[in-house]
Amino acid sequence: MTSVEFLAWVRGPMFQIAVAIFVVGVVIRLIEIFALGRKADLSKPRGGETMPGIKTIVRRSIPDPGTFKRSPFTIVLGYLFHIGLFITILFFVPHIELFHDVLGLQWPGLPTPLVDAVAIISIFAMLAILANRLRNPVLRFLSNGEDYLVWAATLLPLVTGYFAFHRMLFPYQTMLGLHILSVEILLILFPFTKLMHFFTSFIARWYNGAAFGRRGVQS
Amino acid sequence: MSSSEDRAVNAFREQIDGPIASYLSSCVHCGLCAHACLFYTETEDPRYTPINKVEPLRRVWKSEYTFFGKLASMLGLAKKVTDDLLKEWEPLIYDACTLCGRCSMVCPVGNDISYMIRKTREGMVAAGYAPDGLKGATQRAVTIGSPMGVKFPALQVQIHNVEKETGLRVPVDVHGADYMALLSSMEIMNFPEYIGALVKIFDKAGVSWTLCSEAFEATNSGMQIGSSDLEGELLQRVVDGAESLGVKYVISPECGHAYYALRWEGPNVLGKKYPFQVIHILELLDQLRLKGKLKVEDKVDEKLTFHDPCQIVRKGGVVEEPRSLLSLVASDFVEMEDAGVMNWCCGAGGGVSANERAQPLKLAAFKRKKSQLEALGVGTMVTACANCRINMEEGLEENNMQIEVIGLTETLADHLA
Repeated sequence: MTSVEFLAWVRGPMFQIAVAIFVVGVVIRLIEIFALGRKADLSKPRGGETMPGIKTIVRRSIPDPGTFKRSPFTIVLGYLFHIGLFITILFFVPHIELFHDVLGLQWPGLPTPLVDAVAIISIFAMLAILANRLRNPVLRFLSNGEDYLVWAATLLPLVTGYFAFHRMLFPYQTMLGLHILSVEILLILFPFTKLMHFFTSFIARWYNGAAFGRRGVQS
Repeated sequence: MSSSEDRAVNAFREQIDGPIASYLSSCVHCGLCAHACLFYTETEDPRYTPINKVEPLRRVWKSEYTFFGKLASMLGLAKKVTDDLLKEWEPLIYDACTLCGRCSMVCPVGNDISYMIRKTREGMVAAGYAPDGLKGATQRAVTIGSPMGVKFPALQVQIHNVEKETGLRVPVDVHGADYMALLSSMEIMNFPEYIGALVKIFDKAGVSWTLCSEAFEATNSGMQIGSSDLEGELLQRVVDGAESLGVKYVISPECGHAYYALRWEGPNVLGKKYPFQVIHILELLDQLRLKGKLKVEDKVDEKLTFHDPCQIVRKGGVVEEPRSLLSLVASDFVEMEDAGVMNWCCGAGGGVSANERAQPLKLAAFKRKKSQLEALGVGTMVTACANCRINMEEGLEENNMQIEVIGLTETLADHLA
């Protein structure tokens, strides 16, 4: 397979397979949750569920002061790479062109040097996250193969994208092909792993906020 | 699969619902919940990380409630619930968790972890994996009527003492009273001044109330051990008592878990709404305060603080009432760090106090309360849960700390105008 053939393959059939697995898989996972549902609560409520649920969805993006004080490293690194991924995925001009082709939606991008800097910060944050996971006793204890696999699958698109943009390591066509392939691996892993939290954490936060809200506490 | 494994898995299956599926799908193993749990912070043992405690429940969810987990099970790749696992997890689920709910407040993906641990206990107890002390308490509650083995004659003795002391009559089995008050065994045996306080306050405020000879025990070991069936059996006695007397309200005593079981879990465990309303004693006292029926003649001048019982405050929503009541009766009330819905547990709720095996761990966990108190330098701590109270008295004694622990209701009664 030449690098041109490889690029055509990751952009064509492989892309379609990955997106199909991602979409069908995520839909199955979400149906599994919603189909289980929740029994009606017969206790007399003290407060509402909807507003506290929505508030918890928003509030859990910001740590409470006590938690921040006890785990500043985990929290700062978590912010850095989440925001970094958000910016590099959604505001890099070539990515926006891809979204335009696939979804028909378009939005303004950020200057490429800025996205480039964000990518570097994100890569270093990801490396620090691995170090934190290996060093911190709680994280080391909790971590299993999936955690390391998902870490690698999240880092690869950043690194390959950076290399492709800077024409490093391999010829551009090959590197770009590898970059697209790494994203496809991420998409395929998505419904099988904790990457699902991208969707389910909003459901979880809502259920939590609603349960506490019913009892009159904003969680 | 052994029969106990089978019973555990069946019970876990019954517990799994949408919230649990969303929580278990969301965990990213960030470890932040560990730092919200006093069993981790005071021991630094990573096994006590809250989310780790739900592992038996997680395995059943993963292998039976997710499409991909089912595929893995078919290929023989799924991790199974075994007797060894249940045995290993029993101390994590019962000794190192008070169901305080603090982890549920901090999880960044929003997991209500204490909800899941409560549910995990259903499977543990179904399979017989629960601490002996808690099994004994539950058995006494079901057969005798109280986890401490207190029968009505013992309560009658205390009622007699209270009547002699106060010169007021304690109403028992009064049909058509507005309120039926419940007690915890701990109050009957160790803190009968609570009963005296109710009589004095209700007499002044003109509250129509009664005790019920058939249903006076509020604590619920069935909830603590995690058996909805036994929890329901104990709650049914309260419902029957309240219905036979035709009361409008049932008053939960200061005890935290009693309130949570009665107020929030009860109707769901019994599968029907109550024909009466449940009100916590602090809620009722605050209503009386607002109506001007609760007046004090003097205030406590000494610097004091308030320990928030988890099930009443964080998990029960009675947050402002104790503060309003304290400002009525205390001139120098100071809050602990993290007070209110983020307060730290006394270390012995959720059945831990009935579990002798957990004794050393419970005392280790008390270091958190100790440091909160040392930062304040108070001589008195008010609380509103007999179980918190007795545990903190023990912890203070163990640490040679000269702090008096008192109940909020009796503090108010002592200063009534």
